[in-house]
Amino acid sequence: MRILNIVESAYRATLEEQDDTVLWLSRALRNAGADLTVLLRGNAVSYAVQQACPTLSLGALTIQHPAQPNDDLAKLRAKGAAVFVVQEDLDDRGIDKQRCVEAAQPVRRAEIATLLEEHDQIWHW
Amino acid sequence: MAQTLTVAIMDAPYEAAASTTAFRIIASALRKGIDVNVFAYEGAVSLTMKGQAPHANPVKGTTVEEEDHPTTKDIVSALVALGAEAPRLTWVNCGLCVDERGAGDWIDGVKRGGPADFLKMAEGSSATLVIPTK
Repeated sequence: MRILNIVESAYRATLEEQDDTVLWLSRALRNAGADLTVLLRGNAVSYAVQQACPTLSLGALTIQHPAQPNDDLAKLRAKGAAVFVVQEDLDDRGIDKQRCVEAAQPVRRAEIATLLEEHDQIWHW
Repeated sequence: MAQTLTVAIMDAPYEAAASTTAFRIIASALRKGIDVNVFAYEGAVSLTMKGQAPHANPVKGTTVEEEDHPTTKDIVSALVALGAEAPRLTWVNCGLCVDERGAGDWIDGVKRGGPADFLKMAEGSSATLVIPTK
């Protein structure tokens, strides 16, 4: 069974997992043997942008392991999961693909229908 | 072959109409004889907390008895009863999500699990419906 995980919500619940929760879930599913592809769309295309992820200090408390979406994408790729990012959603946000990590491969909106056809289940998060 | 539906839900109790829709889909599927698996992820693990308690409504001037309003754990209990045998409801709470929320004291009929369980449920289902937090 081929699964396409479409990630749209971005930077939510990162205090919980210290990751994006759906990228985390994708990695866990991949580790469990899932044949999985990730498609970043909407605000989640920001995960493909090269970024620094500083620690967060709140009073005396410091969160030492902030979310590292670039690393999550790279580790998904290293595990054999394809990662795509919607080109037009990058364009709409003024993000040049030169600023993006190599782990995420741009895909045009017109190509998404083909991508959907190539998968048995589509999970839109 | 019996049909099976897997549903992934994420919203915490009372936060989104999507949870109500999910409950209705689950109940409808069970009434149609469809087995249902639920994977409760993130805030949705709090739907089953045993400590939930109804309250009086001071704005309306009603007592807790007059309100007689079920909490989400009562709704899940009703679904578990509906899916006790055939068709069957299997409800799995994400264990790590439970730990981070202290939500481990839950009603009967709910199991602890993880992403591998979600994958197994999806692979054994006719369809999988993801209802995420937006």
